[in-house]
Amino acid sequence: MSNHDQPLEQPLLRVTDLAKSYGGHAACREVSFDLWPGEILAVVGESGSGKTTLLKCISAQLACDDGRIEYLMRDGVMRDIHSLSEAERRFLMRTDWGFVHQNPREGLRMRVSAGANIAERMIAVGARNYGKIRGTAEDWMDQVELDPARVDHQPNTFSGGMQQRLQIARNLVTHPRLMFMDEPTGGLDVSVQARLLDLLRSLVTKMQLSAVLVTHDLAVARLLSHRIMVMQGGEVIETGLTDQVLDDPQHPYSQMLVSSILPV
Amino acid sequence: MTQAAQNAGMQVDQSDVTGEAKAGPDPHYNFAYLDEQTKRMIRRAILKGVAIPGYQVPFASREMPMPYGWGTGGVQVTASIIGPDDVLKVIDQGADDTTNAVSIRQFFVRTTDVETTTHTEEASIIQTRHRIPEQNLSEDQILVYQVPIPEPLRFLEPRESETRKMHALGEYGLMHVKLYEDIATHGHIATTYAYPVKVNGHYIMDPSPTPKFDNPKMHRMPALQLFGAGREKRIYAIPPHTAVYSLDFEDHPFEVQQWEQSCEICGAGDTFLDEVVTDDQGGRMFVCSDSDHCNRHQEAAE
Ligand SMILES: [Zn+2]
Repeated sequence: MSNHDQPLEQPLLRVTDLAKSYGGHAACREVSFDLWPGEILAVVGESGSGKTTLLKCISAQLACDDGRIEYLMRDGVMRDIHSLSEAERRFLMRTDWGFVHQNPREGLRMRVSAGANIAERMIAVGARNYGKIRGTAEDWMDQVELDPARVDHQPNTFSGGMQQRLQIARNLVTHPRLMFMDEPTGGLDVSVQARLLDLLRSLVTKMQLSAVLVTHDLAVARLLSHRIMVMQGGEVIETGLTDQVLDDPQHPYSQMLVSSILPV
Repeated sequence: MTQAAQNAGMQVDQSDVTGEAKAGPDPHYNFAYLDEQTKRMIRRAILKGVAIPGYQVPFASREMPMPYGWGTGGVQVTASIIGPDDVLKVIDQGADDTTNAVSIRQFFVRTTDVETTTHTEEASIIQTRHRIPEQNLSEDQILVYQVPIPEPLRFLEPRESETRKMHALGEYGLMHVKLYEDIATHGHIATTYAYPVKVNGHYIMDPSPTPKFDNPKMHRMPALQLFGAGREKRIYAIPPHTAVYSLDFEDHPFEVQQWEQSCEICGAGDTFLDEVVTDDQGGRMFVCSDSDHCNRHQEAAE
């Protein structure tokens, strides 16, 4: 708040001492980090490390038990997302934020066309011209390498990789500043994964997106992220620049992860 | 359903047909069938509905002596507001003489002994399924709609916890997603019935299965409009003179149905027409769905 007149020096997202437990078991504790504008942060760890719980808490899908999650609103003011009204939070989630689920079916409306899926967020921010909405939807399909001629097709006629690209387009159409991604390439064939990663990398660069990316796949983290945060048992055990951590891990657990001793 | 209830409702009452029902309401039932406590509960729901135009008020729907789908929500609303001096008109698809309309009218004659009419302007309460009368209504009248599915967001969002939140926060993007899909599929907004409206600038409402032809009549209507959904246990309302806006897109504006021809009975060119089969050779004709309006228009023309 003190840096109000110098927004460039503020992080986009600041997480301080976040804690969340389920029935006495701590899923996350004492997690703190800053995410800077334009930065991609990868949160890596095995299943059970707390990375998915962390993602749900910071994206306001799950209430945390303790800690602060502050977000730099478009007006330059840092606000704790728990202090926002529900209406403000929901508006943020469908305009300034995006969420890419591992399973695209969770992030899409399967009963309406690809175009309607992309249209939803435009409509939510007030677009009321059918022709323009449709044109923008076609444009976004093109940007995520989907054939715009399929704008009226139902998502269940798309392959898994295409559904994932549609989910990304549906999120990006409102030009969010922050994306949350949960294993965005999980469940896809290796060749499909590679193409999707290339696409994601070019989109985040072009749109200067910030993102928190949760993955167990260190190759995905290496390709997409600037910084990496290694989690084990609900705690952050190592954090640093991606190449640094992956080339020269300091913590024994990180070393094991990098040398692929641990099964994923 | 109890035997007494069946007697009150579903069985054709000969005295009504022969016009001998002027001996007062059937003493076996409370006035208008419902007990006074239930009526007060329903009136409170109606008042809340009037106070928050378009908002769906939950109420403890009672079992009525007729099956769901026969307008039990509308019947409970009418039963709660009707008094001995009211004059009742009941229509189904615009007609006074269909089975549903006749049995509901008989139910109220039996349980209240009120006067009934088919003439729109003579009625103080009009209960309807599917239509709004062609003739303009006045401030002295109440229009009661029978509603099957009150939730307009249901088709894209089946979770009630979520639709409730959307109503509370005014998050109605999904309604336009539905219209978008309509245009993408058909080239135009193909929704012709239950066409969604925004009431008083806030709540999105489903105007029951009335045709969109009738939507403009809801806008700033002088009469009070009450909606009852029995199975879904919801009541909602549009107070007199309230703004009712039909959703649309800038480049696909809301339009009502239009017909090439006029009514083949009365010659009216501005009414909602039904296509009816006239013989077993496949002969068809277009006639007003509002039978009272058609009869009066015909008389005036002669
Ligand atoms: Zn006619």
